[in-house]
Amino acid sequence: MGELKVKDKEIVVPGELLADGMDYLPSTGTYRDENSILSFQVGLINIDGRVIKVIPLTGKYNPKRNDTIIGEVVNITMNGWIVDIGGPYSAMLTLKDASSSFIERGADLSQFYDYGDIIASQIVNVTKTKLIDLSMRGPGLNKLKGGRIIDVTSSKVPRIIGRQGSMIHMIKDSAKCRVIVGQNGKVWISGDNMQDENKAAEAIMMIENEPQAEGLTEKVKNFLESK
Amino acid sequence: MVYSKRSDGRKFDELREMEAKVGVIKSADGSAMFRMGKTIAIAAVRGPRNLHPRFMQNPEKGILRCNYDLMSFSVTERKRPGPSRRSQEVSLVTEKALLPALNLDEFPNAVVDVFIQITQADAGTRCAGINAASLALADAGIIMSDLVCAVALGILHGDKVIVDINKEEEDYKDGIADTPIAIMPHSGKITLLQMDGEASKEEIKQALEKAKETCKKIRDVQVKALKEKYGGMKNEV
Repeated sequence: MGELKVKDKEIVVPGELLADGMDYLPSTGTYRDENSILSFQVGLINIDGRVIKVIPLTGKYNPKRNDTIIGEVVNITMNGWIVDIGGPYSAMLTLKDASSSFIERGADLSQFYDYGDIIASQIVNVTKTKLIDLSMRGPGLNKLKGGRIIDVTSSKVPRIIGRQGSMIHMIKDSAKCRVIVGQNGKVWISGDNMQDENKAAEAIMMIENEPQAEGLTEKVKNFLESK
Repeated sequence: MVYSKRSDGRKFDELREMEAKVGVIKSADGSAMFRMGKTIAIAAVRGPRNLHPRFMQNPEKGILRCNYDLMSFSVTERKRPGPSRRSQEVSLVTEKALLPALNLDEFPNAVVDVFIQITQADAGTRCAGINAASLALADAGIIMSDLVCAVALGILHGDKVIVDINKEEEDYKDGIADTPIAIMPHSGKITLLQMDGEASKEEIKQALEKAKETCKKIRDVQVKALKEKYGGMKNEV
């Protein structure tokens, strides 16, 4: 008979015993060693029926297809741009996917995106050796002017967005800011004045620092209203 | 002379007082401090990150690079800064002690750098270094099947094994075999086993048994430190 050794939302460390027996199934962040399931990472336990998952609390961004990310243009080559997306690998934005309009052969590419420009982009492909292709075709994908970028842990992005975007909508409305959250843990905030931006940034850092708190939405809501 | 009592009054299987702290270096991706008695090790992890020189890149999986060094003020006689024959050797065995626990398949062509500095040395520095490095790797969110725990044992002639030797015991005049051992506690796999001295087969077997027990105690300290950092987040308002 299988036995669960941890509770939902508990914090676990690598090599910690999560469950005994074959009744439970290991998902991401866990592995099976003969008859037991153990943790691969520091993270929060998520138990969904028989499936045990560990949601990591730290770590670098692991690029996935169809992720919307925020990156910085670091280099321009003959056929596109090299974009730093955080983490160990940089991504490639090719001419074909760079704009919905036609870019002529031999055009000055820095006219479109220059060094240091921040772009919201989408990952179209990731190969096994981590060559990453980006695309700018799609709604909301463009160069981001002004504003500021704050870094969060990429695994906490779902908490920042909330269920069906509830958390991020609340922050946007309350702080009167434009906010774009990249799956790579970069958050772009732009408001009319510094106070608004600070308010949104502080709310996001609150989620970053205590993602597992009970009633997080309420807490953030109270925080935003008190400011 | 019969060795019946340890110089600092510990029992034969008693560890020195241990202390661990995770996240001591803010600019690193993961960091930790591990203290065993008077030996203090600080480890910082950077990466996974882009690897240069490129000829070292492995397109199948990421690589691990360890860098161990004593700080010049950490020992009684000033240590000349910079790499030495000894520090290169310890860096290498540390790397080999940690690697079996890690899974770097997700990071082809990348590197995970581990920097270990000993700020105070009182024997067992490579073990304290491995303990700190394993915590720092977990803090950096690297996928690892288990934490690695290490301890230096001393084998005395006449079937006596003492746990976690200090400098005074290491220099014991009648001879003691200094045996650093690193273990992955869950599977019980040994990832580091060195010995400086003489010991019989039975004595080594006895030492390995002792090391397994002791590493469980070290793991408890490591787990507590990690949970303190990540569990503590909940209570900070």
